Amino acid sequence: MNATQTPDPEADGTGAYTWTGKSRRWFLKHLPPEKLLPEDQPSYVASWAYVFGMGAVAGLVFIVASGVVLSLNGPQWYHVSALGHFVNSAHLWSVELFFMFMVVHLWIKFWMAAWRGGRVLTWITGMVAFLVSIVAAFTGYLLQTNFDSQWIAFEAKDALNAVGVGAWFNVANLGQIFMWHIVLLPLAVGAVVVLHVLLVRAHGVVPPLDAAETDAQLQQPVSEDPETKAERS
Amino acid sequence: MYKLPMSVPPAISPGTYFGWGDVTIQSGNLVVIVAMLVLFALALVLPFPGGKSRK
Repeated sequence: MNATQTPDPEADGTGAYTWTGKSRRWFLKHLPPEKLLPEDQPSYVASWAYVFGMGAVAGLVFIVASGVVLSLNGPQWYHVSALGHFVNSAHLWSVELFFMFMVVHLWIKFWMAAWRGGRVLTWITGMVAFLVSIVAAFTGYLLQTNFDSQWIAFEAKDALNAVGVGAWFNVANLGQIFMWHIVLLPLAVGAVVVLHVLLVRAHGVVPPLDAAETDAQLQQPVSEDPETKAERS
Repeated sequence: MYKLPMSVPPAISPGTYFGWGDVTIQSGNLVVIVAMLVLFALALVLPFPGGKSRK
């Protein structure tokens, strides 16, 4: 073995022989701090078309915050007290805004073909976030503990049993659905949204379709991104 | 036995529905869809504050 071709990572101090060192090198390569926390954005981002993704994230923050308050106080509080009703309503309207912003974000990114330039995984994680959010919202409707939720549960149970998930996702089991709604599904939505935002940071926000190829703001990232270069060749 | 006061609304009501032929939609759902379409249209036409001064 030629020592000059395979340098000893222990000797050169790169830390490449440990999983922590390998992870650090991977993160610094793919998610450098200047990409994670940029100080400015290209001029085309100064448009209302680019605000709805962050609007949905803001909605999610309010959903989680109001959800934590509801969880800590319990149904006996939020079904009967005035403040409980208010927080319950804040939770509902945060969800309404979250979904409205997310759908408008989806429409705008679809018509922009936002999967261009190596952003396919960003698009896919966005779609997964949308689908997981629908399941989370569904469990929320089941937790109203009123005639509406009873109707929704018993309309849905046959379809869920038919696909074989009835044991672990039993819409007639309030306690189980409560755990899905306040533990597993929020973790899933949060994880997918974090991954989506990280991918947006890593690849940069998608430029408009009519942005000129000669645009100086676009030329530099395209020529520097090896993934995009590999896709083009 | 308690009697409910007349002002209490019924525990559940179907809401208002609109229909055109085979299409039926509840008023709340229609409002949300129309609001999203309006937001989409406004996002395309409204100028962004301070947008022109940026480089």
